[in-house]
Amino acid sequence: MIETRGLSKTFKGGAEAVRGVDMTVERGEIVGFLGPNGAGKTTTMRMLTTLLRPTAGTATVAGHDLLADPRGVRRHIGYVSQGGGVNLAAPLDGELVLQAMLHGLSRAEARERVTEALERLELGDLRHLPGGALSGGQRRRFDIAFGLLHRPALLFLDEPTTGLDPQSRAHLWDHIRALRDRHGMTVFLTTHYLDEADALCDRLLIIDHGRIVAQGRPAELKAGGRTLDDVFLDITGRSLREGAAA
Amino acid sequence: MSALAAASRETWLLFRHGFDATVKQKIGVVLGAIQPMLFLVLFGPIFATIGTWETLVPGLLVQLGLMSTGLAGFGIVMESRFGVLERMRVTPASRLALLLGRVLNNVVTLAVQTVLLLAAGFAFGMRVPPAGLLAGFVLVMLLGAGLAALSYAAALTMNEHLFAPVMTTAIVPLTLLSGAFLPMSMAPGWLNALSYVSPFRHVLEALRELFAGHYTGGTVFLGVAVTVVFAVAGLVVGTRVFHRENA
Repeated sequence: MIETRGLSKTFKGGAEAVRGVDMTVERGEIVGFLGPNGAGKTTTMRMLTTLLRPTAGTATVAGHDLLADPRGVRRHIGYVSQGGGVNLAAPLDGELVLQAMLHGLSRAEARERVTEALERLELGDLRHLPGGALSGGQRRRFDIAFGLLHRPALLFLDEPTTGLDPQSRAHLWDHIRALRDRHGMTVFLTTHYLDEADALCDRLLIIDHGRIVAQGRPAELKAGGRTLDDVFLDITGRSLREGAAA
Repeated sequence: MSALAAASRETWLLFRHGFDATVKQKIGVVLGAIQPMLFLVLFGPIFATIGTWETLVPGLLVQLGLMSTGLAGFGIVMESRFGVLERMRVTPASRLALLLGRVLNNVVTLAVQTVLLLAAGFAFGMRVPPAGLLAGFVLVMLLGAGLAALSYAAALTMNEHLFAPVMTTAIVPLTLLSGAFLPMSMAPGWLNALSYVSPFRHVLEALRELFAGHYTGGTVFLGVAVTVVFAVAGLVVGTRVFHRENA
């Protein structure tokens, strides 16, 4: 579902954010992409979602070449950005229907999907409100609804549970698992909660200084009775929470 | 669905979405036309002692175009800040449609404002042949499309905090140099020469000719050509900015 070779991004001014990332993500996997703050997680994700142009390397995302057919990539992906995309000034039901229709759904299909997504995320009562009237956690759940409406084959989630209370986090994990089980959706997510990575992800990729420095199943990485925190600290020299807070 | 049909659908979707929001805030459409209307009411009667309404109203239409569509980028500054634009850029919607849907909404708003201003002009005594009125209307809409597209490009290119002061400051000299309030032929030589650099002078002179019922002269031809080139250039630049940094 994702295949990259030497994927790199150097920004104007010479800052090398991503340095030759090679990765493979299989269909139906839930993959956690971990790394300290500034390691290159979001830059990598923005390249894979066609929002940033790589400066070197190749990538195939959802069966489409990232550089040659970015529109083909966009047809099959959903993306929930770290900063969110909720309009604070407009009622959100109209925004959701528009988003679904921009993905090619008819108006009737879009309305149906919006109702379904909002029910699953327990947001139905809030659909007529503008984003500005919602709490941070409610906005975050709307962000997730925006990314899921068109049932993408591949879903990118950048820090999806930041700002959610423990109950909402657990609820979202169930929802993500159900999407994979029912629809075969592949999920690629970043998180700074190691318990989340451990509980939710089939496989973890750890990036530091723009390079993949470790990967494997959570159980493999924790071999020898170590915790994911220990593993992360050994590899990067920092704890994940410390990186996230920076 | 062909790429053209898909882009047309996406443009229509974005236009309808923006238009519905505009209609819900009707007062915003009226407020956008208030300044040219004030010039018409408070300055027009003075101007009419030395000139004609058919000279003044085209000037106010250019001023309206600059103020209404030239500041269209305000909207996208907010969308960009909220992450709304980025969310839409991850859909398969064409970059041209993301721009055109918004521009079309701005042009329809400008059309309503133009009709209001023309109606007020008629009430004050302006008389224009229907063909000239229609041609002038189309010219103003084309100008508005180019201005809105450039405004979005500027809003997405410059620091969001600078957009408002830069644009509101730029509109004043652009309006004055177009000859909106007094024909530039009355200006000293250097100022008259400087005004030829502005496309808005050429648009305005063509508009005045059309309102006077002259449809075929060199001034009209030049003004129409400048307006078309300006609109196309605006849309090309705007689309390029929407494309920027994409894979």
